Amino acid sequence: MTSAAALDLATSIALVMLGLALLVSVVRIIIGPTLADRVLALDLLTVVAMGFVGAIAIRTGLTLYLDIAIALALLGFLATIALARYILSRAAPAPGDAP
Amino acid sequence: MIADLAIYAGCVLLLLGATFSLVAAIGVVRLPDLYTRMHAASKAGAVGGGLVLIAVALTCFDVGVALRAIIGVVFLLLTTPVAAHLLARASYRTSDQSLLNMEIDDLKSKTGQDSKT
Repeated sequence: MTSAAALDLATSIALVMLGLALLVSVVRIIIGPTLADRVLALDLLTVVAMGFVGAIAIRTGLTLYLDIAIALALLGFLATIALARYILSRAAPAPGDAP
Repeated sequence: MIADLAIYAGCVLLLLGATFSLVAAIGVVRLPDLYTRMHAASKAGAVGGGLVLIAVALTCFDVGVALRAIIGVVFLLLTTPVAAHLLARASYRTSDQSLLNMEIDDLKSKTGQDSKT
């Protein structure tokens, strides 16, 4: 098996696994009992999407996809921080009755 | 020959990263508690994404692209624990403490608040 064929096979398997990971974390976003569970699953979804974009960058050879992956990581970090502060500030006026 | 070796190593790292991501997603669905789910998402998820980025760095044969991938890995390993910590703190402050199945609650004495705030 040449190296190009091995890379093609490995990216195909990795894309299938990362797609399954995206679907499974969407399940937690839908059924998550609290808002924090959904935010956590969204954070994982962003990181898995970053891996997906990285696998596409390997498969197509276009390294511009790597910049998209790094920007996606930054976006996920900022979104998680903003949503965590939103969880804190939403429950601040009336503690005890957080859903 | 050495280029083939780097490509094979990149294949192995890519498959490892995809496996870690899938395990993290399964853990987020299967684990019973927010904090255990956070354990799965923030550790296995970050390692999965980082391994895929290292695979990009190994298979591209370009110094600039490899450097950007390594910077991405460092950024991911720096920011994921911070995000998980903030989310755990927000969830601890706002959730009903009696619903958590924690046997030891070290934050209760640190923050000086009762269990019923």
